[in-house]
Amino acid sequence: MSDPERAVLEDAISEIWDKALGMGLDPYPMRFEIVPASVMYEIGSYSLPGRYSHWTFGKAYHKMKLMYDLGLSKIYEIVINTNPAYAFLLDGNSLVQNRMIVSHVLAHVDFFKNNAYFGKTNRRMLDEVSTHAEQIRQFEFRHGRHRVEALLDAVLSIQEHIDPYFFIKDVPEEAPSQRPERGFPSTVGRFDDLLTSEERKAASEEEHRQSDSKPAPAPEKDLVYYLAKNSPTLEPWEGEVIAMIHDEMEYFIPQMQTKIMNEGWASYWHSRIMRALDLPDEDFVEYAQLHSGVLAPRKGSLNPYYLGFKIFEEIERRWNEPTRVEQDRFGRAPGQGREKIFEVRELDSDISFLRNYLTRELVEDLDLYVFELKDEEEWVITEKTWEHVRDHLVADMTNFGHPYIEVASGDYQGNRELLLRHRHEGSDLDLEYARRTLEHVQRLWGRTVHLSTIADGEKTILSYDGKEHRPS
Amino acid sequence: MSVSRNDWSLQRKGHIDQERHRDRVREAIRRNLGSIVSNESIILSDGRKTVRIPVRSLEEYRFRFDYRKKSHVGQGEGGSKIGDVIGRESQGEGPGRGPGAGAHPGVEYYDTEVEIDEIAKLIFEDLHLPYLEEKARQAVASRDLRFTEVRRSGVLPNLDKRRTVLENLKRRAMETGETKLGPIKKEDLRFRSWEEQVRHESNAVVIAMMDVSGSMGDFKKYIARSFYFWMVRFLRTKYNQVQIVFISHHTDAREVSEEQFFTQGESGGTVVSSAYRLALDIIRERFQPADWNVYPFHFSDGDNYYSDNDEAVRLAEELITTCNLFGYGEIGEEAGSNYRRSSGALLSIFHERLRGKDRFAGVRIDNKEDVYPALKTFFGRRGEEV
Repeated sequence: MSDPERAVLEDAISEIWDKALGMGLDPYPMRFEIVPASVMYEIGSYSLPGRYSHWTFGKAYHKMKLMYDLGLSKIYEIVINTNPAYAFLLDGNSLVQNRMIVSHVLAHVDFFKNNAYFGKTNRRMLDEVSTHAEQIRQFEFRHGRHRVEALLDAVLSIQEHIDPYFFIKDVPEEAPSQRPERGFPSTVGRFDDLLTSEERKAASEEEHRQSDSKPAPAPEKDLVYYLAKNSPTLEPWEGEVIAMIHDEMEYFIPQMQTKIMNEGWASYWHSRIMRALDLPDEDFVEYAQLHSGVLAPRKGSLNPYYLGFKIFEEIERRWNEPTRVEQDRFGRAPGQGREKIFEVRELDSDISFLRNYLTRELVEDLDLYVFELKDEEEWVITEKTWEHVRDHLVADMTNFGHPYIEVASGDYQGNRELLLRHRHEGSDLDLEYARRTLEHVQRLWGRTVHLSTIADGEKTILSYDGKEHRPS
Repeated sequence: MSVSRNDWSLQRKGHIDQERHRDRVREAIRRNLGSIVSNESIILSDGRKTVRIPVRSLEEYRFRFDYRKKSHVGQGEGGSKIGDVIGRESQGEGPGRGPGAGAHPGVEYYDTEVEIDEIAKLIFEDLHLPYLEEKARQAVASRDLRFTEVRRSGVLPNLDKRRTVLENLKRRAMETGETKLGPIKKEDLRFRSWEEQVRHESNAVVIAMMDVSGSMGDFKKYIARSFYFWMVRFLRTKYNQVQIVFISHHTDAREVSEEQFFTQGESGGTVVSSAYRLALDIIRERFQPADWNVYPFHFSDGDNYYSDNDEAVRLAEELITTCNLFGYGEIGEEAGSNYRRSSGALLSIFHERLRGKDRFAGVRIDNKEDVYPALKTFFGRRGEEV
């Protein structure tokens, strides 16, 4: 991008910025960065720039690069939830593309700043992940790349199983001395290097003795936290690595919880801002094509951009033009659409968003349905009733789409074995995957691990002792 | 708010981790060489450069739902009804495999595209021709071109830019007293030039013998075939000057072309000595042991005609004394088959009567996974047998 082009873009951005603020958006200050495609899919595959090294990122990177090289997919923008926020724009985007993208990411940043689920988000996450990356690199140096990699393999297999609400968790009052402290054993602190290595060793041994002697409290939803805190086998540095992964997941979970809303919100606003910009006709045509590309329904699956966009528009319409009944029964005065969607963007997550605002009209209009596999060969539509479709969608969002697994006991059979429990809510686990994941969990726990679940209607316990699976 | 554009050209993290991923793939291949060596898509690859082979352990395992046992929410294009079929399993592409539905549950292999050469490299890492000797008289020169020289004339593509610049600096320093790059004159030009390097290598001939009698069923032929596939490939990549003679036999033996050797099926009984006799004849006529390293290998199911065994052992002994190494591979019945030969197995006879001869290597192959160890037994380093 040449300097004059950049000047034009800068003007466009300030125009959009003013429009957005005028319409009520409230984003963090922003830095825009023009990057080549290779950097774009690199950031895309790591989700944040500067994270630690692991082969799974390399696998994702390779895949994205391949998709890009084959012209199958292109990432136009990436936005980072920090303060100030960073937005990466693909070098070579046209001015119209950039206008739309800038409007879009502005609304994302407004969402990041104002949605309640991001209330606890660390807005200096880039610093944190690069500290993690450096520490993990040090551990590789000290303990060998393969040991670190094996540890990361194991932790990443359960990384989604953390408790995003731990800060509001009840702590049992009756045993204050046994109160499990929220916080990791020997998390790396900023002042750790002030301790001598003996002091650090003594401190970590002390922690180890304590965790060996007391039975671990359960049930616990946060597998990652639980393993780091209670595993009889992990070394202190391994606990530190696990704590880092936990931190990074805490950062990502609000994004997983608000995917549909966030994309819907950004799409809603880019369309409003672009309309307000007074573009020449041919630019508007180019924009309209882009817009419909982003919102195109995907056959067979759900496009979060489209779904979220439609719901926000519908909310606005219903609060702008309430029916007689709504006016009488709820006292809803006409013309409050804007106000209402700002309230929703502040208070809801995908689950409540869909449960509260996915209406019968929308389900029918969007032609949503439930489908399943029949006779092992045909995927058939089995349900069209709108409440069922909505409830199904909401159920799928539970635990961000992952099975709900919790620690049932850290002293199973009185033998410090680990028992995990799958809260079966109608869907069976992929048992082969469950077995392989258990192997990872076993590596972290060091003793036999079990998983209780239901398979084909039968209560089943999978076990792995480090050598063999039962039932094999 | 600011717009910036930085230099990202040193950003290589993605590359580095991609390399880590490739390491994992390689490692997985190495761990599974046993089954990959006899993988049909490779043996029957017919000159293709890459194959898709299943490699385990590159999945990112986690607790997940069984996609096929679950119902999902989807979106139609309007007017969908209960009972509409929106996809079929056999198409491989289920509906709704959008986000989060990457792979079929139950599929525990990760298919990956690998170059055969890359696999070959891993397999051949520690293989070589054992007991190779200098056979000075007939040593055939293999030629190699190497850029070793710098000359004042040459073709432009071979221009040595660094040296040319240096010459320019030197000349100008002498002429003007200043070491600054100036207009380049013809006398500054330097070109890289090559030299023919002659390496003397020992001659080697491999005599590949295979039993094609009626008792060699498809499985056994496949095993022999995959062994020879790698052997031929191995010899051709590692040695410039290796001749390979193919002999197939049942009751009679004859020399055949490589293609016939791998494709022809025959029937009839088995007289092993016929092949050995022909091999010895060929050695005597064309590959005098004084000039050649000779490596006869023989694959059979060991179901030799009973009265031929003595003769076979005698000729085998002769092969052992004339040749650098005699290898015999006996292929058993496919795993799972109950049939086990009761008597007459050639390998046990060889083992008994050729005991102590270190120029003899005998292996038994009962399933596909044994092909790789067999290769290692024949071509591995002596004294560190697997």
